Amino acid sequence: MNDMINLSRRSFIKSTALVAGGLVVAFSIPQAKRFMGVANAAEAMPLPAPNAFLRIGADDSITVMLAHSEMGQGVWTTLPMLIADELDADWSKVKVEHAPAAPAYIHTAYGIQITGGSSTTWSEFDRYRQAGALTRALLMQAAAKQWNVPVTELRTENGAVIHGTQQLRYGQLVETASQLETPTSVTLKKPEQWKFIGKATKRLDSTEKINGTAKFGQDVQFDGLKVAMVARAPVFGTSLKTVDDSAALKIPGVIKVVKVPTGVAVIAEHYWAAKQGREALKLEWDVAGHDKPDSAALLKQYQALAQQPGLQAANAGDVVAASKQAKQAVTAEYVLPYLSHAPMEPLNCAVKISDQGCDIWTGTQMQTTDQASAAKILGLKPEQVNIHTQFLGGGFGRRANPRADFVSEAVQVAKAAGLPVKTVWSREDDIKGGFYRPMFVHRATVALDKQGKPLAWQHTLVGQSIIKGTPFEAFMIKEGIDATSVEGVADSPYVKGTANHQVQLHSVQSDVPVLWWRSVGHSHSGFVMESLIDELAHASKQDPLAYRRQLLKDHPRHLAALNLASDKAGWGKPLPKGVFRGIAVHESFGSYVAQVAEVSVKDGEVKVHRVVVAIDCGLAVNPDGVKAQMESSVAYALGAALSSEISFKDGQVVQSNFHDYQVLRMKDMPKVEVHIVASTEKMGGVGEPGVPPLAPAVANAIFAATGKRIRRLPIGEQLA
Amino acid sequence: MKLTINGKETELNVSDDMPILWAIRDVAGMTGTKFGCGMAQCGACTVHLDGQAIRSCVTPVSAAVGKQITTIEAMQDDKVGQAVQAAWQQIDVVQCGYCQSGQIMSATSLLKQNPKPSDADIDAAMSGNICRCGTYQRIRTAIHEAAAKLA
Repeated sequence: MNDMINLSRRSFIKSTALVAGGLVVAFSIPQAKRFMGVANAAEAMPLPAPNAFLRIGADDSITVMLAHSEMGQGVWTTLPMLIADELDADWSKVKVEHAPAAPAYIHTAYGIQITGGSSTTWSEFDRYRQAGALTRALLMQAAAKQWNVPVTELRTENGAVIHGTQQLRYGQLVETASQLETPTSVTLKKPEQWKFIGKATKRLDSTEKINGTAKFGQDVQFDGLKVAMVARAPVFGTSLKTVDDSAALKIPGVIKVVKVPTGVAVIAEHYWAAKQGREALKLEWDVAGHDKPDSAALLKQYQALAQQPGLQAANAGDVVAASKQAKQAVTAEYVLPYLSHAPMEPLNCAVKISDQGCDIWTGTQMQTTDQASAAKILGLKPEQVNIHTQFLGGGFGRRANPRADFVSEAVQVAKAAGLPVKTVWSREDDIKGGFYRPMFVHRATVALDKQGKPLAWQHTLVGQSIIKGTPFEAFMIKEGIDATSVEGVADSPYVKGTANHQVQLHSVQSDVPVLWWRSVGHSHSGFVMESLIDELAHASKQDPLAYRRQLLKDHPRHLAALNLASDKAGWGKPLPKGVFRGIAVHESFGSYVAQVAEVSVKDGEVKVHRVVVAIDCGLAVNPDGVKAQMESSVAYALGAALSSEISFKDGQVVQSNFHDYQVLRMKDMPKVEVHIVASTEKMGGVGEPGVPPLAPAVANAIFAATGKRIRRLPIGEQLA
Repeated sequence: MKLTINGKETELNVSDDMPILWAIRDVAGMTGTKFGCGMAQCGACTVHLDGQAIRSCVTPVSAAVGKQITTIEAMQDDKVGQAVQAAWQQIDVVQCGYCQSGQIMSATSLLKQNPKPSDADIDAAMSGNICRCGTYQRIRTAIHEAAAKLA
């Protein structure tokens, strides 16, 4: 454990540098050693520049520190690309590390250290380029000094400063550079000078992820580290009455059993003993008289609420009066289930508490809240808690918990055990453990004029707020409206484009813990809006594509995506017998995604053959990364649309593992074609925006194929 | 208990019923093989037992006595494994990467038994391996690529 980073003892050299576009606060991490890090900083020379985001070694290595977590979305490659372009780096020398939890790495827009909201690339686009540019300027000054020539005679290329026929590798300049003042301004390159940005670039984390050496939180091991499993309440919100651990303690390998606020932890030498020990616990929970969620009852309650007035999320004109002018009206109710994120890597968190503070190894999307929560539990200052972010075996929002649930619990376990402990969740713990995408019911009535254009739009949503009760409540819930509950509806171009509209919300109270799930509110609103629009198109006997084009005529980015997807899919052209198309377009996280799904339905079985995706995300920094995220979104959303559901019976979660919480498998993966709109518009995200249009595109194709409108997800056996 | 892991005989102090997965990971300290579900539903724990792809999370160590356990750590020394890893790199398959050890072990086993698999063969052999990042399309392409290189 000598290699452990200790933030509290580390000396930060703080400095500020004024660079083009803003003030960068930076500090150096000169002699920090990284636990299991890719590059041992002891081998590196002192930094050429006070810089939180990169350091250059005497061996020419360029280590990029990531303020964001790599969870599959590719920031391990994208952020280094931003630096490499400005630095004129030798790409083969680039190494990457997750940064510690520290103020320098706070999100440029969100104010805490977080990976979420599909925001990494756009939010770091300036900061990482500036870090590269600043360092390049410093290295050029160092070369000018070493050669005693004016800096204006120098240029940089592929990791070296060049003067005429002579060159100095960056590593050779580190020592001189470290004695220079940081430049106060830099000029960023013009797009035509970019070598990396905008070019399909292979991932930098590929090798270690295919040979088994990549370290995820689950893989953290060191001498003295024990494994814990926690027995948690079978009904959310209930408390422990009695514990009998006598049988558990007899299991070979079980070390001790401790109580923690969330339940009872069995500490053991390894997972197998911890699991057997937990199974041997005899526990009684105080469930009598406690609210026990039941899916059938919840549905009735939500359906009833959807017909009652709720809190106003958007309102314009006079819906009642306008409806009287209508030629026809469409009323529809949509139902979406609770969903589990089910990342491949079950949750885990290793904690070591020492006299100086606390070290935490985990895959997290939200270092700041984890750090603060751990500090509060232990009576420490946040800076005494060191977060060592490991690769995340998937996140999808589950590892960004404002309540820091799995980290807080692991800290409680280590504290109660008095030992370094890695708390590991089983898959059953994950599926039954809450923090779900909330169940939602939408009820809408849309009145249409003679041409089929919406005259009045009345829309009511019912579901739990994911923000209520979190530290984000103060600024994300306004006048009772959780913006994430109504996003995609209240701000929809269809709703806003209807002169008379009303969007209302019922935020249901429940002990079922809920959280953002890949694409957050758009995960339900995208399905509802794009299915509903399809219903309106059919009600007014119009082609679904033409209908959308008409309603979105003043929304060029929606249109660009819609047109590209429909062109590439050959909308209107003949398909093989039995195959039908559905289309959808939805904006989320600043990007615009349209999808055309080709679907057949045979004996009640839905088969998705091909999905054509078009995205306008503004500049695509790594186009192949954008494609990978679109493929990923299709798979993630399709699994959910076809078969995923968390349901409740007698207060308990029915599902437990991948046999009954079903997700997409190879045999159901469609061919996915991705097209990127050539765009110079504002940059948006790519991790999530591919999710919302998939389910409605598929459901709309099912309608084309069968005449049956899917108004409830998952599709499951509805066509049987 | 004596187990042969990647050609090396290893003495591990484990009970007969411990799944191979935990013997490899928590006792032998080799973390390339992953835990995903614990009930042979996701394939993250796939290793080869005498060349056959098995789910190590449900296979007790007692079943491996006298047999060869091969893990992801040994794939770089395996001709087919090398081709699969090279194809994975070429197609840039990985995202979060957590399932990929298991995917590569399943794909390698498939190609050893069926050097030129069809899409249907791939579906049949690979549908036991879940990838939540949805890298299936690239896995399919990479398997075809590896098959072509090995032919």
